[in-house]
Amino acid sequence: MESVDLLYKAIYILAIFGITLLIATYSTYFERKIAAFIQDRVGPNRAGPAGLLQPLADAGKLFFKEDFIPNKASKALFILGPGIAMLVATMSSAVVPFGDKLIIGGHEINLIAIDVNIGVLYVFGVVSLGVYGLMVGGWASNNKFSLLGAIRAASQNISYELAMGLSLIAVLMLSGTLSLREIAEQQSGFNWNIWYQPLGFIIFLVCAFAECNRTPFDLPESEAELIGGYHTEYGSMKLGMYLFAEYINIFVASAVMATLYFGAYNFPFMEDLRAAISDPVLANNVVTIVGLVAMFTKIFLFIFFFMWVRWTLPRFRYDQLMKLGWQILIPLAILNIMLTGGGILLKEYLF
Amino acid sequence: MTENLFYFLTSLTLLSALMVVISKNPVHSVLFLIITFFTISGHYILLNAQFLAAVNIIVYAGAIMVLFLFVIMFLNMGKNAENAVKTSVISKIAGTLAGGLLFVVMIAALKDAAIVGYNPETYNSQVGMVENLGKVLFTQYLLPFELASVLFLVAMVGAVMLGKKETGEQHF
Repeated sequence: MESVDLLYKAIYILAIFGITLLIATYSTYFERKIAAFIQDRVGPNRAGPAGLLQPLADAGKLFFKEDFIPNKASKALFILGPGIAMLVATMSSAVVPFGDKLIIGGHEINLIAIDVNIGVLYVFGVVSLGVYGLMVGGWASNNKFSLLGAIRAASQNISYELAMGLSLIAVLMLSGTLSLREIAEQQSGFNWNIWYQPLGFIIFLVCAFAECNRTPFDLPESEAELIGGYHTEYGSMKLGMYLFAEYINIFVASAVMATLYFGAYNFPFMEDLRAAISDPVLANNVVTIVGLVAMFTKIFLFIFFFMWVRWTLPRFRYDQLMKLGWQILIPLAILNIMLTGGGILLKEYLF
Repeated sequence: MTENLFYFLTSLTLLSALMVVISKNPVHSVLFLIITFFTISGHYILLNAQFLAAVNIIVYAGAIMVLFLFVIMFLNMGKNAENAVKTSVISKIAGTLAGGLLFVVMIAALKDAAIVGYNPETYNSQVGMVENLGKVLFTQYLLPFELASVLFLVAMVGAVMLGKKETGEQHF
């Protein structure tokens, strides 16, 4: 790889990292605004115009609070817990294709940080690691409520990972590749996977909610039963890191769902737009930039959906959660695999 | 570059594997075991076997070790790390002897072993990619692959049988 390409790649990776953090920061603001809208309140409106500086004020508050470590806590792991949560959360956006390729001065820049041929497995692996931050922090706090929260988080994540993996298999059967970039390319125009995989998408969506510990599956931190769950003993920026990691996870889950099911950077009438501009380089760049906007629009819609559900649905009971995961979602996912396989065979037979 | 990376990874692997055994706290042991799995996945990536690396992390680090950690946290074994089981002198001596003998056997076995080199002309660097792996699994090694799946089914049925509540039986 040439040094110019390397430079572009470094800029791209830094940009994605910055955008991830920015979106996570402003998700807190929009969560409160949307909650306020749904509950007919005003929401944060003091810091800056329309309360837009509220996330900065919150971050400042969290940074300057006393950094407290409980006396009997396992000190190293107590500090490590939020760090792991944050690290794992920021890792998974590396393989998501946010856009097609840009051409600048004859250089092709692929808008994907690392293009591995096992992208789906990478995302899945990183997601399955996400629970360690919660478990380590919850155990290290040396508090029964924290431990219970950590254990809930572990069993919930393991249970829903199965259904998530099974619903992914149907997409992989359709696309025949593990690379997120190729999956995105196959859905050009309006040929999105959601038209072929509606059931798989719903299963994946429910599992994504459970993996992100969002309402109605936020049992690990249900304040009515467990005080604060795994982060009961946490304060200051360490608590902030946990909350931040949750919003980054929402962003990444939205990006993955948009890529797998909603055509990533593809949008309807893409080829018409490409054909309308005579200069091929300019046409490619315009289409890529519109695609980038389309991708982020899809991501924001999913983030909004996450928040909408949070302020609409009540929390599950723990046995209901397990029953939903093991007895409903997994059989449905297996049924989906069989239907997809039958559909593929039928298509080969007919055409 | 690759060589330095290999030595760094190897020393990290050995160090964390040793720490699994040395750590007094079982939770620390499990966490070091997770690091070991990560470094082993790093070795797989150096060998250009990305699929194996990802699956290693998903299955071992992502699922099995979570369950390990889960059980250890539930049993709360970390609390009594200080007053652990006292071992007598005789069992310590016996343990040292057995370990030393095993070491001698290993040296004797490895003394004459030669590393089978690969032929750079015929070696296919893409052999670890997921397409090639899938082709090999479903053609050359189809029978062992299917037998392994039967084994998994048997294990699953066994787990269900163990966990099943029979009528009139009180488990809790």
